[in-house]
Amino acid sequence: MSILAVMEQRAGAWNRMSFETLAAAQQMAQELGTTAGAAVLGQGISGLAGELASRQLAQVYAVEHALLKDYTPDGYALALRQLLAAAKPSMVLFPHTYQVRDFLPKLATSLHRVAVSDAIGHRVDGGQIVLVRQLFQGKVNVDVRFAGDAPHFASLQAGAWRADRLVDGSAPIEQFAPEIAAAQIRTRPLDLFRESQRAVDLGAAEIIVSVGRGIKEAENIPLIQKLAEALGAELAASRPICDAGWLPMERQVGSSGQTVAPKMYMAIGISGAIQHLVGMKGSRIVVAINKDPNAPIFEVADYGIVGDLFQVVPELIEAIAKAK
Amino acid sequence: MKIVVAIKQVPARDSQLRIASSGKWIEEADLTYEINEPDAYALEEGLQLKEKHGGEVVALCAGPARAAQTIREALAKGADRAIHIEEDQGALDSLATARLLAAALASEAPDLILTGLQSDDLGYGQTGVILAELLGLPHATIIMQVEKQEGGIRVKRELEDGWFQHVEMPLPALLTIQSGISKLRYATLMGIKKAKTKEVRRVTAAELASGAGGGTDVTLERVYLPERTKRTQLFEGSPKEAAAKLVEKLKFEARVL
Ligand SMILES: Cc1cc2nc3c(=O)[nH]c(=O)nc-3n(C[C@H](O)[C@H](O)[C@H](O)COP(=O)(O)OP(=O)(O)OC[C@H]3O[C@@H](n4cnc5c(N)ncnc54)[C@H](O)[C@@H]3O)c2cc1C
Ligand SMILES: Nc1ncnc2c1ncn2[C@@H]1O[C@H](COP(=O)(O)O)[C@@H](O)[C@H]1O
Repeated sequence: MSILAVMEQRAGAWNRMSFETLAAAQQMAQELGTTAGAAVLGQGISGLAGELASRQLAQVYAVEHALLKDYTPDGYALALRQLLAAAKPSMVLFPHTYQVRDFLPKLATSLHRVAVSDAIGHRVDGGQIVLVRQLFQGKVNVDVRFAGDAPHFASLQAGAWRADRLVDGSAPIEQFAPEIAAAQIRTRPLDLFRESQRAVDLGAAEIIVSVGRGIKEAENIPLIQKLAEALGAELAASRPICDAGWLPMERQVGSSGQTVAPKMYMAIGISGAIQHLVGMKGSRIVVAINKDPNAPIFEVADYGIVGDLFQVVPELIEAIAKAK
Repeated sequence: MKIVVAIKQVPARDSQLRIASSGKWIEEADLTYEINEPDAYALEEGLQLKEKHGGEVVALCAGPARAAQTIREALAKGADRAIHIEEDQGALDSLATARLLAAALASEAPDLILTGLQSDDLGYGQTGVILAELLGLPHATIIMQVEKQEGGIRVKRELEDGWFQHVEMPLPALLTIQSGISKLRYATLMGIKKAKTKEVRRVTAAELASGAGGGTDVTLERVYLPERTKRTQLFEGSPKEAAAKLVEKLKFEARVL
């Protein structure tokens, strides 16, 4: 078998991005004339493995161990190293989740490989996979090719491959029991928690006006607040605005903040890094105001103005007042 | 506690990027540079830990001669000394960079290594974790809080969707720090003055590479501006005209007003 997708689960629930990775594995396997397989790690995962068995895959690996119940980088790297030695895939794909960021570079290094992280696309060239990834927070792309020996490792960006392309079928399940000793696991994971309750539910807002670092200073935030009031919108922000304490954390949109899908999302002075986009891509209408015509936010915008927000926003407030 | 902080110098955030004629990287000629943002937070965390628990903070940077400026700024903010790995190739892969950093630390034996979680230019999000593996250290990523406790540290990891997790681990260890972990300080005039007298150990990548071990596994073939696939309706004219056209569309076409 040749292309292995490593699926992510926590406490028996899938991370949905895994299915994009699985679809990518099927697609690449087909293009390269080889087969795809999937692995899931944990304890008590036979139900999850069973779900994978209804897909068109050459093999499903259920990697079970009591010490894999809670994720640790040591446990996962150890288990996967043993699985790869047995299964001998030529390529191993992962969803680019926070967990994968935590262990994939370790796993690859221990096998003297370099993983390609956060890929957004692929093509086959001369019988080889060429992966596309982003540089400079999405402003530039780069094609990369694996030069060394298999196995090759890559993690895939959220939303870059489509889970609805998954092909059903049936696959055999192999139980795989790695050898792990408690003393090999050096970190102790404790409980998951959320910070105190969110006072703002951006998820319920019909219109969101969101502000990014283009606003320059805390003193300028009221300008955007005025725009939000004119539109009857909730105010939101990109991460740096909340990091700086200019707006509270609970107004942050993105992979580590809230995920929103309002009727309209207006992004002002936001560049459109992937970690922001994943939190607002589902909005019905996206409007972007940015002075940089190449800002990645325009890739998801329906309407846009390329210009200085300090000139555009006051005019916008006036035009909205007139239109209402 | 002896704390090493890995800092990288990257092009300033609002840079207008052009592709170099080689097609392998961007045109560097007229760019200005600054510290990679999460690395500034890693430095801040290192300085705060030192203030609480004593010890020293060592800034570690691989980069060309211009990186000396970023190193000086770290010293001015309070790092005690620095190691500058003089490296001109740029755009190394994450393993090659981590090997250089590991080799430079061979004689250091730090208790804690802090890196940023990701660089703004290459964006691998890997160098810290690889460095931990090369040095045989436990690690944790995307860290938002560090507390020293009996026999080690307790950290707060950021997860997706507003979730967090505490993790305990022994020292020595490596952490990759997330932006926003605390408020950044400014360098004081006194700090800037003092920085001039602080030690910067310079080593060349070639000196280190002999012990650092070989070859690259992934090649950057071609760097290019992405093709835009979405058709955004852009409104032109003066700010007033553009704003008026946008509002008209929002009202009559998108019907969101
Ligand atoms: C693990 C991880 C998790 C993350 N989670 C999140 C998250 O949940 N949410 C999030 O937002 N980010 C998150 N980030 C950070 C993300 O990668 C970006 O750094 C961030 O989104 C950038 O914010 P920004 O667009 O406001 O700033 P910048 O990228 O600095 O963009 C500022 C924009 O303003 C424009 N601008 C400047 N001046 C003007 C002007 N006068 N008029 C008009 N436009 C102007 C510029 O052209 C630029 O496009 C995360 C990163 C990581 C690594
Ligand atoms: N050339 C370098 N010099 C010092 N530290 C670096 C260098 N490259 C990467 N790092 C560190 O590794 C982190 C992650 O970088 P990256 O893997 O490129 O995303 C950065 O935030 C830095 O702390």
